[in-house]
Amino acid sequence: MRKLRIALMILLLAAGMVLVACGGQTDEDSAEDTTAEDTTAQEDTSTEDTASSEEAEAPADTGDECSEVVEIEWWHISTIEAEQAYWQSKADAFMADNPCVQINITVLENEAFKARLTTVMQSGEPPDIFQSWGGGVLWAYADAGLLRDITPELEGEWRDSIAAQSALELFGKDGAYYGVPWEWGAVGMYYNKDLFEQAGLDPENPPATWSEFLSAVQTLKDAGITPITVGEGDKWPGHFWWVYLAIQNGGQQAFLDAFNRTGSFTDAPFVKAGEDLQDLIALEPFPEGYLGFSYNDSAAVFGNGEAAMELMGQWHQNVQKDSSEDGEGVANLGWFRFPAVEGGAGNPSDVLGGGDGFGIGKDAPDAAVEFVRFLTNAENQIDALDTVGFGPPTAAGAQSAITDPVQQQILEARNNAEYFQLYYDQFLPPAVGGTVNDAVEQIFAGVASPEEAAQQIEDSAALELGN
Amino acid sequence: MSEIRSVSGLTDSLSVSPEKRQAQWNKAVLIFFFLLPGFVLLVTFLVIPIGQAAYYSLYNWNGLGPLDDFIGFDNYVRAIGQNVFRGAIWHSLIIMVMSLLVQLPLAMTLALILVRGELRFQKFFRTLFFLPYVFSEIIAAYIWLYVYNPRGGLLNEFLSIFNPNIAGTAWLADLDTVLVAIFFVLTWKFFGFHMLLYMAGLQNISQEVEDSARVSGANEWQVLRYITLPMMGGTISLSVFLSILGSFQQFIVVWILTEGGPAYRSELIVTYLYKFGIQRMQLGFGSSLAIILFLMTLVFSIGYQRTVLRQTLAE
Repeated sequence: MRKLRIALMILLLAAGMVLVACGGQTDEDSAEDTTAEDTTAQEDTSTEDTASSEEAEAPADTGDECSEVVEIEWWHISTIEAEQAYWQSKADAFMADNPCVQINITVLENEAFKARLTTVMQSGEPPDIFQSWGGGVLWAYADAGLLRDITPELEGEWRDSIAAQSALELFGKDGAYYGVPWEWGAVGMYYNKDLFEQAGLDPENPPATWSEFLSAVQTLKDAGITPITVGEGDKWPGHFWWVYLAIQNGGQQAFLDAFNRTGSFTDAPFVKAGEDLQDLIALEPFPEGYLGFSYNDSAAVFGNGEAAMELMGQWHQNVQKDSSEDGEGVANLGWFRFPAVEGGAGNPSDVLGGGDGFGIGKDAPDAAVEFVRFLTNAENQIDALDTVGFGPPTAAGAQSAITDPVQQQILEARNNAEYFQLYYDQFLPPAVGGTVNDAVEQIFAGVASPEEAAQQIEDSAALELGN
Repeated sequence: MSEIRSVSGLTDSLSVSPEKRQAQWNKAVLIFFFLLPGFVLLVTFLVIPIGQAAYYSLYNWNGLGPLDDFIGFDNYVRAIGQNVFRGAIWHSLIIMVMSLLVQLPLAMTLALILVRGELRFQKFFRTLFFLPYVFSEIIAAYIWLYVYNPRGGLLNEFLSIFNPNIAGTAWLADLDTVLVAIFFVLTWKFFGFHMLLYMAGLQNISQEVEDSARVSGANEWQVLRYITLPMMGGTISLSVFLSILGSFQQFIVVWILTEGGPAYRSELIVTYLYKFGIQRMQLGFGSSLAIILFLMTLVFSIGYQRTVLRQTLAE
């Protein structure tokens, strides 16, 4: 009897649980219903809005007649003050022209942004506009239906205005586009001309081949100058070195073979890339503790003139300046292409690079797409160059506005690249990209051989890309 | 106890008068409703997510889109086969053992000094030692990030007074020192908590017992060894339990200081889980790691409670 009682109690408890669970279910269902209604309602109103705003254009200043304000969530990663202010001013300008639009900007630091974006994507609620580098990460979101296809809006005038077509392709897949690039450049070697001179190197004639480069590193070291700095604590800065060496050793074909699984990441050029990198590391060219440096730590070292070179993307000019103690950065800044590896299959003009773009979330209202079109038009890209000095713009009409010699060199490298490779950690699926970064870090730390590093990358690629 | 009594009372009441039965029934309903909220919370936020993780762990899934690639136990096989994961477990074990050997004895020593030693400013020291525990882990980690900074950090500035060669040493970037450096921070952060536990335990031991041992001719060491510490058995086994679980679940401090680097040398189980599961968008794989961690802690907790805690509580 006692047992029966207890069993009854448990049964009751379970029943209560089921009740509660069901309650939750219905709640959820109804919530879904309402959100569905909401979105349809929103769509209705947004079409109404566009209609009414067209109508309202005549009596423009009657102002706050919006039946509903369209809100746009925008996440960007420009933490530098001037850049933040620039984006805000553009958002303000757009809102002034479109009084029914409210743009909410969230500024996030790069690493924090990546972490948070992944989380909101997994919960299926992407921001309407977000920073994107295109490639594998963006494609993964697109495959999951988390992005808005903007091909209809893009076709025609907007598409034709973009000079960096190879960049645009990274924001599309199978003929559908989910975003656009606005700034696109190349990774290259920044160097401090004064330090080159001090070491007895010709500052106007930087090394063009890997062996010349290694001997320049030795010369700098002999002169008591730290030759190179790299923020290996963040890992992606170091992956530039290995990938560039892989490009120079194997060219486009080696990468395509490995990516399409007709070849492998353990093929000779990828192992050779690790060996070449080891040759460099053996010279001990980096500042003490660089394995723990963040990119910003490293940029400060370079900006303060404490190291002669840093391999970095187009944004580095601003960041090294911003990170330096006096806020001025390197006085005599130079830039050169990554040195060609003798006997490698790569072409000296091959470029590793990438840039920034806008990804468009699945629930983005039409106004968000319009806003991105507005941000990426030539006029605004010129303005961006003039006021903040972002990297090379993607709009064809804005290219002539680049006057800085370093940025001109980067633009030229980008446009003339026979083979343009997006950063591996963005192009490849996130798991493979992360493995590349970790494997290269292990080469830097001296705990993995070039073969082992290549094998780690291959294992991950086999898992994610298929055998 | 009261619940048990009421339940047994309830069954006894079957043969009793209807009024009494009614009263007992009301009581049962009342108990049910008291239990309900906690039960619902437990199920929603603990049982269901664990079940979900177990389910996800059988799929190759990036967290986006439908679960359609069933791979059985491949994720588990892959995790256990990975050197990095085994390294992460190893590092967690090292942190655990060092905590038991260094952190807890340190906490005990300080507790003894503070409670038994006739110290001036006792309250001041107690607060001082407890302070790190009050900080959020994030703040504590950032403080230490500055202390360890190779470029003008507090530690190197201080050490280079004695040895100028030390300036520039990057404790968190060195493969050999990183785990020790992290352990130091964890000790700094958590010893105050264990100290407070021990202080509470010490205050429960009657001074008279110790005094009578002294009168019987025991020296201070013998008093400590045979009277004080055995009487603190319950407190000690509790703090050991918390310390071990904490070592396995540590994440925040390590993540901020090193993110498990350099070259995985400070990877712990949870940093590994976050990195490979969340950051690299392999939620299926990450779930299998979470289930492994869950089983490890579950087996340990049950085992510990069945053996050590039951024994000490029985005393």
